[in-house]
Amino acid sequence: MGEGSVQQAHVHAPPEGFIRKYVFSLDHKVIGKQYFALALVAVFTGMILSWLMRIHMVWPNTKFPGLELLSKVGAPGGIMTPEYYLSLLTMHGTLMVFFVLTNAPFAAFGNYFLPIQIGAEDMAFPRFNMMSFWTTFLAWFVLMLAFVIPDGPPIAGWTEYAPLSAVGKDAGPGMAWGASLWGLSIAIFCIASLLGALNFIATTLDLRAKGMTLMRMPICTWAWFITSCIALLAFAVLLPACILLILDRHAGTSFFIPGGLVISDRLQPHSGGSPLLWQHLFWFFGHPEVYIAILPSIGIVSHILINSMRKPLLSSKVIIYSMMSIGFLSYMVWGHHMFLSGMNPMSALAFSFPTLTITIPATVMTLIWLGSLYGANIQINSASLFALGFISMFVAGGVSGFFLAQPAIDIYLHATYFVVGHFHMVMGVASLFGVFAATYFWFPKMTGRFMNEGLGKLHFWITFVGTYCIFMPFHYLGLIGNVRRYQSFVDDYMAPYIPLHKFITISALITGAAQLIFLYNLIYSRFKGKLAPDNPWNATSLEWSIPSPPPWNNFGGKHPVVYHDPYQYGVKGSKGDFVMQDSPEQVIVSGD
Amino acid sequence: MGKLFAVALVIIALVSAYPILMNKYPLPEDISTHGHQIDEQLHDTMIEAGIAFVGAQLVLAFFLFSYSGRKPGSRLKSFPGGAKVLVMFAFVIVGLEVLALGVVGQKAWATVYFTPPKADALEIQAQAEQFAFYFRYPGPDGKFGSIHPDKIDEGNQNYFGLDLANDVEARDDIVSGELVVPVNREIHMFLHGKDVGHSFYVRELRIQQDFVPGLDLSVHFTPTKIGRYEIVCTQLCGLGHYNMKAYLNVMSLTDFEKWLKDQSAQ
Repeated sequence: MGEGSVQQAHVHAPPEGFIRKYVFSLDHKVIGKQYFALALVAVFTGMILSWLMRIHMVWPNTKFPGLELLSKVGAPGGIMTPEYYLSLLTMHGTLMVFFVLTNAPFAAFGNYFLPIQIGAEDMAFPRFNMMSFWTTFLAWFVLMLAFVIPDGPPIAGWTEYAPLSAVGKDAGPGMAWGASLWGLSIAIFCIASLLGALNFIATTLDLRAKGMTLMRMPICTWAWFITSCIALLAFAVLLPACILLILDRHAGTSFFIPGGLVISDRLQPHSGGSPLLWQHLFWFFGHPEVYIAILPSIGIVSHILINSMRKPLLSSKVIIYSMMSIGFLSYMVWGHHMFLSGMNPMSALAFSFPTLTITIPATVMTLIWLGSLYGANIQINSASLFALGFISMFVAGGVSGFFLAQPAIDIYLHATYFVVGHFHMVMGVASLFGVFAATYFWFPKMTGRFMNEGLGKLHFWITFVGTYCIFMPFHYLGLIGNVRRYQSFVDDYMAPYIPLHKFITISALITGAAQLIFLYNLIYSRFKGKLAPDNPWNATSLEWSIPSPPPWNNFGGKHPVVYHDPYQYGVKGSKGDFVMQDSPEQVIVSGD
Repeated sequence: MGKLFAVALVIIALVSAYPILMNKYPLPEDISTHGHQIDEQLHDTMIEAGIAFVGAQLVLAFFLFSYSGRKPGSRLKSFPGGAKVLVMFAFVIVGLEVLALGVVGQKAWATVYFTPPKADALEIQAQAEQFAFYFRYPGPDGKFGSIHPDKIDEGNQNYFGLDLANDVEARDDIVSGELVVPVNREIHMFLHGKDVGHSFYVRELRIQQDFVPGLDLSVHFTPTKIGRYEIVCTQLCGLGHYNMKAYLNVMSLTDFEKWLKDQSAQ
């Protein structure tokens, strides 16, 4: 790979004044924290929405005090209407996929740590970086507006399938301005993500410190880099899709609307469009998005596991190559979301095979993690518990993908709770476990203080057991044919399974409440947490070579030089069983 | 705490597998000629995925139990054979599985989608709309009348927009809110979407197919058991989606012919 490129002067002046320091900051670390804060707001909003939906589903006449204030039409007297359930469902999915799973593991932690881990003073384009956060914030704000407009948020789900999403108010409540705000918000989000992805790529390629070859980058840096490449291609497709959707809705075009549709007793003034076009464009983005959510967590977890095991992985390169192949394959599988969509059934075979093939790199990574644990000296703390819990969740959510990759089985399981269980576990929970691990691990670096370990472990236990209690039964419900996106089950067929749904709802309430422990821990530790030294975990990568919290220009104006790969653990170093990347000392492998 | 976590992992793996092993959540009864192929494939996949899930959790638990909480400075060991063995294992075992399921496993899909319907299959047209299904039989002439979206008039029960004044083929068409079919006869069903996307899902038939507005699709199946089964919409179609249902009524041939006659008389 050759020597790392010497970083150029992309340095900005030290920030002065409140606005430049904390609001329109150019500092990647502040921007990372801003992304984290936005993701935190979004995840708690999304979680509360899921609470409301789960409670309504099993106790449909529950009065939610205050919900009427949010929407008089959606919750008259505080009781949720069936259509408002769909509005909340749409907002839950959109907030979680875009503003949490894309923002937290990728934009937040990537922004904060990618430049430091490669020895750079900032991102390649600090102004672009600031713009990408504030554009994301604008996207969030536009989406949130849907809650306060009279019509309410859209009811078409986070996938916004056309023509339901494209014909306007005739399609139902929330489909007038609510759906337009959704399209606008996601289009803006795409622009922000494109700016962010470009910046990550340029930074990784251009600003590496002396000696920081590509293969000396930490695995999480690799993960953010590969994710950026995926994001660049994925959001570049969703952006025009959203623009076409807005044109269909407001400019009288018919990209996604065929002729002859009668909706709400009105013959629609459109002709010639194709609903499948939206599905193709959406899922061409949508499936890579799964990997945009999970790859950063794969990288983060690998990075933290190595530190916790006190020895390197069996092969970091294999993990990196596996991530690359997953990224490559992610563009060949979007059609598995559309097996039953009416596209040529022959194409199902073409999409099924690469989908099944993704199992190979995923299995390789799992085996590498497991094999590396053999003979390790595993340190247990909140960060490593979540990292180890990630492996468990990744396997649990991954194996169910094996069912859905087969078109014949998809005939039965498509659109059932089996699918909901699958993607929540592998894309949602596993990815969030990576975020939790990252938070407990890097908090001392970001603030100079530890998070409370006792609270962290309590948070882990409730979250780990709770998520299994919520999402494993989803698979069982799928097997008996429980259809998703229903606000209640009015038929006899589902009646015997309502107690299981109640169990899930109670588990969701408890697991959600445990996240308040995390929030408390985060805020409390920020101000009152135990003071942390600069390298509390005896870690090796460059972020641990600088003060906590890092100065505005990361390395205090010095240019670090890198001598080793990032995982010199289990060796005889001058400071213990590790040698830092920027230490010129010779590595002596411990006697084995 | 690592050991406690290991124990928790074992319990979670076994508790998760228990309902499957005990068949606590059985698939609904299969009433189609092709469904057993899907069920068998699902069953085989369940065994493979089950072994992978439980196996991985137990290995994780075992290593956690063995290698957490060791004395500081304990001797580190490397996995025998290193990464190469594991990578080869994944490529060979999972690769074979991928090949098996990716190639051999497509048989069930082919039965549903690549085998053409028999020439004497009973033709029925299904229309999905917010939030109901309607089914149309061609009547004695064996031909469906044309659909005219501008003539749709729900108030007068003209759900398909038939031109009864001018279209002779439309006059004998039978429209029903229930899908009534004879047992052991192949059904060739045409799917027409009137407004937005919907889907036709009958669990017991092992059939699910989207309605795509602007794209007329078809499926074929043979119901093998007399009874009444729920048809549900599985494509989010708007505010009444959760309540968009109809029934599949499988009758004996005699009962079906009588039903058809009664409908024609109306």
